[in-house]
Amino acid sequence: MADKVTMPIEATHIMMFARSVNDDNQIYYDANYAKNTEVGHVLPPPTFYRSVAQFDPDYFLRPKVGQKWFGSAKGPSGIEGKPASSGGLHAEQHFEYHLPVKPGDVLTVTTKPGKVWEKESQRAGKLVFTETILEYRNQDGELAVTSRGVGVKTERPVDQG
Amino acid sequence: MSLRAADLKVGDVHEEVVVENLSRGLLVMYAGTSGDYNPLHTDEVYTTQSAGYPSVFAHGMLTMGLTGKMLTNFVGDGRLKKFGVRFTNQVWPGDTLTSKATVVAIGEGEIELELATTNQDGKTVVTGSATARVD
Repeated sequence: MADKVTMPIEATHIMMFARSVNDDNQIYYDANYAKNTEVGHVLPPPTFYRSVAQFDPDYFLRPKVGQKWFGSAKGPSGIEGKPASSGGLHAEQHFEYHLPVKPGDVLTVTTKPGKVWEKESQRAGKLVFTETILEYRNQDGELAVTSRGVGVKTERPVDQG
Repeated sequence: MSLRAADLKVGDVHEEVVVENLSRGLLVMYAGTSGDYNPLHTDEVYTTQSAGYPSVFAHGMLTMGLTGKMLTNFVGDGRLKKFGVRFTNQVWPGDTLTSKATVVAIGEGEIELELATTNQDGKTVVTGSATARVD
């Protein structure tokens, strides 16, 4: 991810995100309903913050104008030959919530590298784990959310045994 | 609708079916909102013919999001302090997932929960923990 990304918190994005995690809690859809809850406003679902990818100009898992995309097109991969790694799989994800977030907030998200380690696996060969820490600060400069993700790159597709 | 420590005891369980017969459509929706357009989650042709998997499979973050629905239904909105998971198995189209939170500790104004989401075969796809504020 880019070192610093601006993430505007928008009600429509929250609504669409809630739909995409199969959650019909009205606090994500209806500002009038939300006003009468303990929270008092629409808020993002707890895993919403990884959607910062939408606002990252460099995010590698989004097709970009004028660039080849490794997903299928005429052939099974849009990039001839052996496609580059898809970037690996997600092994762990942890969030800490420090302050409330609501539509209209503008979060500044900064990346801090974490640890890197390796492990041998029977199902997928050598595994390389990489930790990434994201800090989400609001428009007042206060830390609102911390995210710690662990990604894993596998030597070969995970054996489905 | 918020939890009160006085109404809880260690070992209490809240359990929900969070998705039934998971559709490829939901994977497309999740790609669109999260911004993770990795074709392994939405592009059956690439995933089976180029990447060598039997089918597209769910974003780990979708499974965490589904688990989060169970969690906020249990503890209430705006109550979470921490929420973390490990992805232990892949989730496939057609899966039916059940998420479960177990109270493992009750402290001063907060509770700790152990989390697990399992598929229709009883295989665990996510394990985790959470801390939430309670009255």
